[in-house]
Amino acid sequence: MRNGPSWFNVTSVALGLAFLYLPIILLVIYSFNDSRLVTVWGGFSTRWYGELLNNQQLLDAAWVTLRVAFLSASIATLLGTLAALVLVRSGRFLGRTLFSGMVYAPLVMPEVILGLSLLLLFVAVDQARGFWTVIIAHTTFAMCYVAVVVQSRLTGFDVSLEEAAQDLGCPPLRTFFSVTLPIILPGVVAGWMLAFTLSLDDLVVASFTTGPGATTLPMKIYSQVRLGVTPEINAISTILVGLVAVVVIAVSLMTKRQEVRRQQDIRLAEAQQA
Amino acid sequence: MTAGDSASGAPFGSTAREAATDGPDIERTVRPRVRRGLGGWLLIAVPYLWLLTFFLAPFFIVFKISLSEVAVAIPPYLPTFDLAAGWDAFVSGITALSIDNYLWLTEDSLYWKSYVSSIVIAATSTLIALIVGYPMAYGMARAPKAWRPTLLMLVILPFWTSFLIRVYAWIGILKTEGLLNQFLLWLGLIDTPLTILNTNVAVYIGIVYSYLPFLVLPLYATLEKLDESLLEAASDLGSPPWRSFWTITVPLSLPGVIAGCFLVFIPAVGEFVIPDLLGGSDTLMIGKTLWTEFFNNRDWPVSSAVAVLLLLILVVPIVLFQNQQQRATEKGR
Repeated sequence: MRNGPSWFNVTSVALGLAFLYLPIILLVIYSFNDSRLVTVWGGFSTRWYGELLNNQQLLDAAWVTLRVAFLSASIATLLGTLAALVLVRSGRFLGRTLFSGMVYAPLVMPEVILGLSLLLLFVAVDQARGFWTVIIAHTTFAMCYVAVVVQSRLTGFDVSLEEAAQDLGCPPLRTFFSVTLPIILPGVVAGWMLAFTLSLDDLVVASFTTGPGATTLPMKIYSQVRLGVTPEINAISTILVGLVAVVVIAVSLMTKRQEVRRQQDIRLAEAQQA
Repeated sequence: MTAGDSASGAPFGSTAREAATDGPDIERTVRPRVRRGLGGWLLIAVPYLWLLTFFLAPFFIVFKISLSEVAVAIPPYLPTFDLAAGWDAFVSGITALSIDNYLWLTEDSLYWKSYVSSIVIAATSTLIALIVGYPMAYGMARAPKAWRPTLLMLVILPFWTSFLIRVYAWIGILKTEGLLNQFLLWLGLIDTPLTILNTNVAVYIGIVYSYLPFLVLPLYATLEKLDESLLEAASDLGSPPWRSFWTITVPLSLPGVIAGCFLVFIPAVGEFVIPDLLGGSDTLMIGKTLWTEFFNNRDWPVSSAVAVLLLLILVVPIVLFQNQQQRATEKGR
């Protein structure tokens, strides 16, 4: 726009970002607070991080959560990528409307309903609840997020590349792995990460679908938070926030570099043609 | 295209495409590219079956149990259907189903009050989020081009961090001896600490905070695509900036506003974590009521009936949202 950002634009963006970040920053700062009273500053200390290491229950929950997140994100990425391919490539088929409805609906479905309905399914088929039922539940909603992310990557995809490979005698499966997948890979990676963090984060669906021995970290955090704010929770929150921030920033920088290299390749190829 | 096609060797693109259109697929007139072999059907079948089993089928079970009766048993409802018990047992099971739970929901004011209050809280929060988010998205769209990816990243990043933790962070800020009150007392703006935590105000703050990126992102996408020459033309014709804003920018950004508002409103209606952690005992929201009914009262049939009604309330906005999304995707293709 012609006259650039006004002071009003700058202030509103700055205030908006401050609103988004201030609570997290305060949480991180107070995790280094020596005082047990969480809102009174008692000097810098890392003692709460040390105490986390002695909290076996919390560590167990963290381990369960990481395994659930890893497995459900991986299955969800597989299924979600397939679903995205179906949505973009499979044209019309019987029940297509139902299918796309089922892909989009979990994105907006209240978690309490997702959790309750899956629990009742597991009860109805007499399936003992625990580790694997949480994985199934997380896979189900996460695959829809993956599908949407991969779909947006697929829609901007030049089909003639695949057609060229197939015309040169490349079998469909190999075409997928050597042509399609490398191009949609940033979307697939982003989808996996989204699925991973969604699973890492989920309290409601996990609470409904879990069973004895499979308490996840959010459930553990939730039960402690209900009793009040504690420095240990601040510390573990800081670790989680830091972990996610580092991974997200690293991956986005990586995909950006890849994109730049791809653009260079394209320019190089065009220059050679001319 | 199937493996058979390429094995028989179609040397040129045109041949391969002609072969594809010769297929018996009736749909080919619509999208001629698609001809499915076994692999193509498998591709559809795997995610389709997964969603049918773990997304759609559970809803029918919820519906069935909402018509059942609570019982002191495992599972805690009656009747249960056992296929081995034969047809007669099935029929008597069917006749035992009743709409009593739904009648109960209309009799006890707790439930309809929860529904109404959920919608009011979600709508209020959506409106506040729009007031906060619109200037933000607008400012981002007007920022220098080089900054935009960074700003976008900054808005998305909080969304990646744990929802539970972000809601939890507000407890320390909003409570009576919390950081906000300390700050306001220090400024001298107030003499006695404000009670914000465990009120509806805290719930509004929590929802706006948690769902703001959902509103800013689609809004930013439409605002960024806005054709600047329209604004220039308006200003050349003597339109003051505020008038150009109301007559050009706002109407053209409407799709983004609508998508963003749906993305805040729909999940907010069924929210559980925010009203539970930030709201008070008098904060009624249907997600919380369902949770209490299920975990504390162990009344599975009534919580199923609550879920069915919540779904019915949300069907209208969800369908509207999906239609809008579908149209946007078709346009983008």
